[in-house]
Amino acid sequence: MLDSALSLFLQGRNFARLMEGLWVTLEISAVSVLLSMVLGILVGLMMISRNPWVRTPPRFYLEFIRVIPILVLLYLFYYFPARNWDLNLDAKVVAVLVFTLWGAAEMADLVRGALTSMPVHQRESGRAVGLTEVQINRYIIIPQAVRRLIPGVINLTTRMIKTTPFIFFINVPELTKVGQQIVEVAGMRNYLASFWVYGFIFFLYFIICYPISLFSLYLEKKWSN
Amino acid sequence: MTALKPVLKITDLHKQYDQLKVIQGLSLEVKKGQVLVVIGPSGCGKSTLLRCINGLEPIQSGDIELNGDSITSGRARWNLVRQKIGMVFQSYDLFPHMNVMENILLGPLKAQGRKRPEAEAEAEALLDRVGLLDRKNSYPRQLSGGQKQRVAIVRALCMNPEIMLFDEVTASLDPEMVREVLDVILGLAERGMTMIIVTHEMAFARAVADKIIFMDQGVIVESAPPEQFFEQPVSERARKFLNIFHFDGVKKEETHNVENN
Repeated sequence: MLDSALSLFLQGRNFARLMEGLWVTLEISAVSVLLSMVLGILVGLMMISRNPWVRTPPRFYLEFIRVIPILVLLYLFYYFPARNWDLNLDAKVVAVLVFTLWGAAEMADLVRGALTSMPVHQRESGRAVGLTEVQINRYIIIPQAVRRLIPGVINLTTRMIKTTPFIFFINVPELTKVGQQIVEVAGMRNYLASFWVYGFIFFLYFIICYPISLFSLYLEKKWSN
Repeated sequence: MTALKPVLKITDLHKQYDQLKVIQGLSLEVKKGQVLVVIGPSGCGKSTLLRCINGLEPIQSGDIELNGDSITSGRARWNLVRQKIGMVFQSYDLFPHMNVMENILLGPLKAQGRKRPEAEAEAEALLDRVGLLDRKNSYPRQLSGGQKQRVAIVRALCMNPEIMLFDEVTASLDPEMVREVLDVILGLAERGMTMIIVTHEMAFARAVADKIIFMDQGVIVESAPPEQFFEQPVSERARKFLNIFHFDGVKKEETHNVENN
């Protein structure tokens, strides 16, 4: 039985191709997650602005992203510019663009939630001990907001990573797509092919996402004191 | 005599939220070492008064002077003024991500720019005074309500304020914890701390106050030494207010009489 697995992974460039697929998955996830964090914080801060002209557009953006399936967004950004403006965006760029649009929207809502759930008395207590507003943000508000954000951010990160297989619909050769191709070719002769390949892919996703969850647990424990 | 010079002087203070007038032309003086206790029904403006003194609420008109300097003029830098005014809130708002010592030192180190060893020594002395030195490395969630409130008092004291403001600091505490907090405040009074205290604890008010300020509907209705205020209140409103705290004993055999009234 193990022979079937070995022959499968050792055949041709199968193993190397899976690793290349894994790299694409990691690349797109990492870039999208990082961009989402940065943009999400900015948009989240806009959402708590007192100025309605600043506050309202992000709300529409968030609702828009929430109601539209990721796949539709991928198709929209991949095919629409190409057909209508003769603008052929690289599939990986589209993938990062769409995942960042989604991630930034969710991140913004997390930031908004973390900041608005801060009791108003925290800021007032900071004022009462003579701190400036900048010092209050630095020593009181931001450290607490970060602690509140961590669980949601970790959850969002793992959700983004495990949603990346969608990008094979716009022909990005990521991990799951590569696996499917290998199974299609080998499956005729090797009836265990789908078991080994998808089992291996399952294992790869697990070893990417599980450390992230462990890191979250570690931080929660450290900060729960 | 320096003792007669007011630390805090408020002149004709007006404060309103939109159309609601909360404080209407209030004036008072607090001399060095004096303890003022402000009492009055809910919504009379007593908490708002404290928040105005500490610049947490903008005022519409009037003047507040701290040691002879106006702190309501546009030039006042509130973060510097607040270093001289210690304030303790009803909802003991310690910073939950910092332990007791870090909570206390944040103001002295970051706002006042003091050196850690000196500030820490003072913080330890103050913690010892309120009986919490052994809890200096604890986090707020590990403390009882009364302990948190004592830490909040130390946090304000460690800034070496000219005056302390207490805003119903025992109102959200369990009865058995009220005492430990009030004892700390009584101790401060004995050491000559200048204070304005808003409270609903009448026995405590009587014990700690040099002067009782009775407020109602945004004005000072009566201002008198505690004995005089509690024994012979002059105004009708003060008498009515004090009656709330007075219970007539209703014994079984008197039920008949009560029903006839």
